[in-house]
Amino acid sequence: MSNTLNHAQAAANFIADEPRTNWHNETLWFVRQKRDKAAHGLPEWEKLREWASQIKNHTLSHLDEYLIEFEKNAKANGVQVHWAANGDEHNRIVYNIIQQNNVTKIVKSKSMLTEECGMNEFLHEKGIDIVDTDLGERIVQFRKEPPSHIVLPAIHLKKKDVSDTFHEHLHTEKDNHDPQYLTEAARQHLREKFIEAELAMTGVNFAVAETGAFVVCTNEGNADMGAHAAPIHIACMGFEKIIPKAEHLSVFLRLLARSATGQPITTYSSHFMKPRPGQQVHIVIVDNERSKQLGRTDFKNSLKCIRCAACFNTCPVYRRSGGHSYHTAVAGPIGSILNPNIDMRANADLPFASTLCGSCSNVCPVKIDIHDQLWKWRQVLVAEGYVDTTKKIGLKGMAYLFAKPGLYRFAGKAGRAVMRIFPFLVNNKLNAWYKQREMPAPPKQSFRDWYIKNKKS
Amino acid sequence: MSAREDILKAIAGNKPASAALPAISFDELIQYADVLAQFKTVLQSIGGVAEEIADFDALKKEIAIKKETGEWVINRIEALGPLDAVDNASATQLEKLDVAYIQGTLAVAENGCIWLYESQMGNRIVPFICQHLVIVVDAKNIVPTMHHAYQQLDTAKEGFGVFLAGPSKTADIEQSLVIGAHGARSLRVFLLR
Repeated sequence: MSNTLNHAQAAANFIADEPRTNWHNETLWFVRQKRDKAAHGLPEWEKLREWASQIKNHTLSHLDEYLIEFEKNAKANGVQVHWAANGDEHNRIVYNIIQQNNVTKIVKSKSMLTEECGMNEFLHEKGIDIVDTDLGERIVQFRKEPPSHIVLPAIHLKKKDVSDTFHEHLHTEKDNHDPQYLTEAARQHLREKFIEAELAMTGVNFAVAETGAFVVCTNEGNADMGAHAAPIHIACMGFEKIIPKAEHLSVFLRLLARSATGQPITTYSSHFMKPRPGQQVHIVIVDNERSKQLGRTDFKNSLKCIRCAACFNTCPVYRRSGGHSYHTAVAGPIGSILNPNIDMRANADLPFASTLCGSCSNVCPVKIDIHDQLWKWRQVLVAEGYVDTTKKIGLKGMAYLFAKPGLYRFAGKAGRAVMRIFPFLVNNKLNAWYKQREMPAPPKQSFRDWYIKNKKS
Repeated sequence: MSAREDILKAIAGNKPASAALPAISFDELIQYADVLAQFKTVLQSIGGVAEEIADFDALKKEIAIKKETGEWVINRIEALGPLDAVDNASATQLEKLDVAYIQGTLAVAENGCIWLYESQMGNRIVPFICQHLVIVVDAKNIVPTMHHAYQQLDTAKEGFGVFLAGPSKTADIEQSLVIGAHGARSLRVFLLR
């Protein structure tokens, strides 16, 4: 994704449609408010966040041991366990299973990991097409777009867009925008896909070391429809999905849906232990630079993430720039601290797509210090030379100026004079701050001059 | 197997210093004066219907009528009559299933979910593929929170199990809630007194 627009450029395209931007902003804020209501309904909410954070910290500090324990128990349950160092190896493992079993009909429920690995595109090039079964994912798949949100994949679209897409692909009535009607059409279409599926893929929300079980959460029931209908099930997980014991699921299942959508729990929290008679179950455990992130002291906590997207919904930048502006599988604040680890050059813009307001850290159910990490990534990226030169020169000039009080006072005076006499020099298109803003009227004197004068009199 | 060794080695080299697991204190959890009332309220809020029953008479009658009118009904509750064996049924066959009656193990007051073991479903796909789902739970088996649920259950006892909360739903089209996405279109829960 290295040739795509950077966040600021893509965001500019997104906000060109002002009513749609406002709708996007308000809709996600509404989801955030539902989250607040659900969180406030539990007096122990802050305690739950603390427990979740501690369980994840503990797990990261014993991660290799828990992965070995999980593998042992999953194998004892009759599940085949695969390991993939990177996205490409993950894709090849999946491809091999498809080839060995000679299957063509494949359904997939939501898995951000397969998006991260670019699996659909990889398999498409090999002539294998996968049917995404989450309603939002099916909509964006028809439109050949990536999901714009990890929980609400089609949140950037309006009813009319979905109606047009379904009219084209599912032959629904033209201009029938009724969500009930459109969902029913998708239900009929996808039921056919489920019952004829030869292989089902799912993500993994939690993998339990103690039992070798894995848990998949959905509201629609699509993960279960696929996994229980098809003779082969492949579940793909980043290795940070591991938790020590089944009892810890209580903490995470209480937090996950409340943080994500404000629901008390997802409709289905399915616990997969053993294959049913005659069924093959595979788990692919993926690293893809996660072990490197684990070694970055300032950023290792990002691996605690349970992918609830609360940080997306609360983020003033995400809400007003849309998920596609982030040009990565996982957008939003958490994506902006995960993606520079995977590719610093391609994702150097993302930690700057933030106001550092800290709201993301406040809603995070596992207490990741997201906004601190965004700020720290900026420093790493500048030090490593991944920030474009205009920003670097500007920041260097500012640092030079701030270190020299005499020069700073002169520059301030000169700046005020320039803004008064030649306002067009700052109020122009070259100044990014002037976009959607009026520059303030320059004061006649600086605060310092005012203070010295008033203190004396 | 080289990826496995490489990954585990990289993790072992990079993992942070050992951190302790927290102790989950049940004293700090929310308490409900009436878990049954709480369960009913939450289930309704997520699109389900809850009803208290003292015996199985009405449900038996309901099943008889449905069968007479040609609906395909699967019964997985002993108190309602002989169990229908569905373990060998395919998804293609079960796609025609109208209503399934399943016994739940326990219900959770805080979020309206019910635990089902695979043995209670008869076939893993039944509670998802049926058009309408009916679950019976003993009212005495309602626990306040998920912590209590995991304390009582052995979730790894069978090959598969699910916490099921309400009918299948989606809000993927402009955040409009639609009941009946891919799973059951309705859920009725009968709480046996």
